[in-house]
Amino acid sequence: MNLLRLPLIKPLLRSRLPQFILVLLALAGFLLAILSGLFGTPVGSRNFGVVFVWIAWWAILMLVAVPFLGRGWCSICPIPAPGEWLQRGRILGPGRDSGDSGRRRSRETSDSIIPLNRRWPNRFRNIWLQNGSFLLVALFSTVILTQPRVTAVVLAAFLFVAVGTSLVFERRAFCRYLCPVGGFIGLYSQLAPVEVRVVDTAVCAAHTEKTCYTGSAGGYGCPWDVFPPGLVKNTYCGTCMECLRTCPHDNIAVNLRPFGADLPVARGRKLDEACKAFIMLGAAAVYAAVLLGPWGSLKLAAYSVGTLPWLAYAAAFLTLILLALPGLFWLTVWSGKRLSGSVRPMKELFVAQSYALVPLGLAAWVAFSLSFVFANFSYVLAALSDPFGWGWDLFGTAGLGWSPWLTGLTPFLQVGVLLGGFVWAALTSRKIAAEKADDAQALKLSVPVIAFCMAFTLALMGLLVA
Amino acid sequence: MKEIFARSLVVILILGGTLTVGLAWWLGQNDAVTLHARMPESGGWTPADLTVEAGQPLRLRLTSDDVLHGFALGQSDQPAVDVEPGRMTEVTLTFDRPGTYTFYCTRWCGPNHWRMRGTITVTGEEAEEPVAPPLYVQLGLDIDAAREAQVIPAENPSAKRGKELVEQLPIIQLPTYRTHSPEAAWQDLRSDPAAASFTDRQLWDVVAFIWQSNTTPQALAEAERLYAQNCAACHGESGGGDGIFNGGQAQVQDEAGGMPSGHETVAPTDFTDPVRMLSASPAVLQGKILRGGMGTGMPMWGSIFTEDQTWALVSYLYTFQFEEVR
Repeated sequence: MNLLRLPLIKPLLRSRLPQFILVLLALAGFLLAILSGLFGTPVGSRNFGVVFVWIAWWAILMLVAVPFLGRGWCSICPIPAPGEWLQRGRILGPGRDSGDSGRRRSRETSDSIIPLNRRWPNRFRNIWLQNGSFLLVALFSTVILTQPRVTAVVLAAFLFVAVGTSLVFERRAFCRYLCPVGGFIGLYSQLAPVEVRVVDTAVCAAHTEKTCYTGSAGGYGCPWDVFPPGLVKNTYCGTCMECLRTCPHDNIAVNLRPFGADLPVARGRKLDEACKAFIMLGAAAVYAAVLLGPWGSLKLAAYSVGTLPWLAYAAAFLTLILLALPGLFWLTVWSGKRLSGSVRPMKELFVAQSYALVPLGLAAWVAFSLSFVFANFSYVLAALSDPFGWGWDLFGTAGLGWSPWLTGLTPFLQVGVLLGGFVWAALTSRKIAAEKADDAQALKLSVPVIAFCMAFTLALMGLLVA
Repeated sequence: MKEIFARSLVVILILGGTLTVGLAWWLGQNDAVTLHARMPESGGWTPADLTVEAGQPLRLRLTSDDVLHGFALGQSDQPAVDVEPGRMTEVTLTFDRPGTYTFYCTRWCGPNHWRMRGTITVTGEEAEEPVAPPLYVQLGLDIDAAREAQVIPAENPSAKRGKELVEQLPIIQLPTYRTHSPEAAWQDLRSDPAAASFTDRQLWDVVAFIWQSNTTPQALAEAERLYAQNCAACHGESGGGDGIFNGGQAQVQDEAGGMPSGHETVAPTDFTDPVRMLSASPAVLQGKILRGGMGTGMPMWGSIFTEDQTWALVSYLYTFQFEEVR
């Protein structure tokens, strides 16, 4: 179902103003988070930066935006905005005389200040760097999540890197290739029930200018470096709606679709994305153990950055995520291959079956987030009234004490989400296995993977609920 | 036109927002001093030294940068207030007389909680009140000298039985309380011919009664509160030297040499040990409390407790030896 056919939706998405206002609001919150982190109280639970980024924003992102809107957050993310404005030399749009042509745009025709507009290096046109940047943040996350100053420095670093990347490289290179958050949002956006696609590829084939990619007076060439007629998955579509603005044939659709519609799509499955699935799955389990588990020494080790226990923790973290989990999964898929007698190459099977871990991973992150989001949400109201911990009481809620919400319901929600994720993963594995196999062979191929998913689900259930 | 509007909004957001926050911060400062509390290992009070003129109000905005702390002023009736993490608590103090006052943390914030103190210097033309030297100084006592009772009772003496004995035989000359250790008092009684018919245990009961009669239930109740708040963490609730911070004091290094203070090796005194307690006079215990343990980890309380509070605490410490004193 094309949502653009509904009243008001198309003009609302085509216009830059609503999106700009949302970006501006997000940017205001982002800057306030940096300022409060740098100059406010160092007490995380009372600092806007920590409370709004790691509780409020995280809750919206993981419980609402990613599962239901995919990359919806990316379309209003404030981090790339300043860099993009500088890159384009404009804030709202290309203007009537601007023949913006994306990668081919020349320095002479651009309004931007330092428009080097270099092409992103071919060897890094994947999400390996995003995998690395996520791991880097994850290793320090216990400190980042709890110390406002560190949160502020990390947020400011994101902003500077995003601006710097925009000034050197074309389009949104930071979002597409570097952003640690964008990497996993892209992976999980395959599950979302909305997608941006072209209505009729034949229309695109006949359209010689390809303004959705090169840009026009109506909008910029795809900032995400995606060729919209070739879109088969949500992974790299930032839902920025530029193609909607540049398509002269009204050939762009925003479709409502079944959840997880991208997972069975064989085209575009890659090892870097498979690796991202393992990283996210492993990180959810490690976070659950470190941040919510009863092991004080583990928590202390993760927190004591630079010490020997932290180095041991970091080594264990990386080993688990980069070796143990993928290694175990490799054995699992290998068992399935042996059982089923499949002749497909092992690497192809491994990468393909890794996509079954996408719904499992999202469920793990949702369940993990449920553990602390409701329990700590009361901090949001207090931080809203006194974002810096300076004694303000803007909305009369600064004095509110900590009061956990829905703690009785949370374990049931978590179990439901984890079981749902498991079933989804099992069905996905089965569907992927059936791509080049008959039913019996597909079943044999997927049974070990389903067992792997069940073991992980039970382990996470033990960590989060038991 | 739209572009100009958008650019203006961005400029207003960045510059206006930053300026608004800065202005709000500046206006919030007014004449108050923001006092940050951190665990002593992380810096204690900041600033730790304040100055105010006598008669002028000192407005303090108290906030904790880590855990829950408390704020109280030594030797004062000013009620203690909690200093909560990330919140501001306002307190206004006014000092009538010049002098140096100590403020301190009233919550067990960590193993070195006792070191979390600061000073307020009150200036003024009026001369500071002269302070009489404490009894242990007047007596010239070496409060660090080793003391061990040579004679101790087989069981805890009973003040109740002691009172009955004294009422039956009032002819006995009772030793002076503050300058005598219980053991010395017992020795005096033992050497008194009038008490020759008393058993050793009966004389210990009389000593217990002497110690009871030198305090009041009100003073002991106040001391019990002070003990629980300030002493029990190291000395234990039952006085056995087994508080939760026993042995937990972190090494504190001096600024110049980086040498450990050595206090971490000394266990808190066991007030239930008769060999130790019965050999110490109230004057000695007062000195220990006022001055502190000098390198043992025991802090000085002279600037925190009033004289009455100190004597009440001294009496309270003997309740770990004597029955029915409380």
